[in-house]
Amino acid sequence: MEAFSYLAALTGDEEKAAQAASSAGFAYGLAAIGPGIGIGYLVGKSVEAMARQPEAAGMVRTTMFLGIAFTEALALIGFVVFILIGL
Amino acid sequence: MTNARTRQVEPMLARDDGPAPEVSISKDMIKRGLFVAPLLVALCGVIWGLDGVWSSMYAIAIVLVNFALAAGLVASTARISLGLMMGAVLFGYLIRLALIFLAVFLVRDADWISLPALGATIIVTHLGLLLWELKFVAISLAHPGLKPARP
Repeated sequence: MEAFSYLAALTGDEEKAAQAASSAGFAYGLAAIGPGIGIGYLVGKSVEAMARQPEAAGMVRTTMFLGIAFTEALALIGFVVFILIGL
Repeated sequence: MTNARTRQVEPMLARDDGPAPEVSISKDMIKRGLFVAPLLVALCGVIWGLDGVWSSMYAIAIVLVNFALAAGLVASTARISLGLMMGAVLFGYLIRLALIFLAVFLVRDADWISLPALGATIIVTHLGLLLWELKFVAISLAHPGLKPARP
């Protein structure tokens, strides 16, 4: 309740700043969920492939690592949007 | 664990004792990153001034350390078990994101920081180094006998 009363007492500019900060945090959270799911799926399938064909593990790990880094780029883009809007 | 009769492999208990390709990939990307860093820093300096220079250097350091941490995590845990590697990659993703957030949060109010320069350099360096490495990896996988020259 204290937080609501604090929000109600905000002036126009402060309210805009508060909305920008909360929106940026929300956007960063959303931007981190997708890559998290993607990395989980990617690594899970890679582990299956490595267990099924150990002789191809080097190739699988190479592509897995690049896949992880590319997927993580999405989260980094979300993070950059967050620091430009919210920080 | 491998069952000799049925050749069934339990994925989470298997492990990979072979060489760690992600460490060599990461080393290549770090070398290339240091190679192109002066160009990026100069470009940011032209656009954002001295603040851009310091910010872009900081951003390049963040990206290179992030690659090194990711590779080290995969390489060290894959020797123990693939299940541990999977967990380490997932939690490592969260921890590395938190570390990047912390690294930026600690300097956000510094007088030498330029957030647009920092953000642009993070994205350009990360994607640029990955695409550069991908070219070599794709050629190596497609034509294993014709390994391209490494820098």
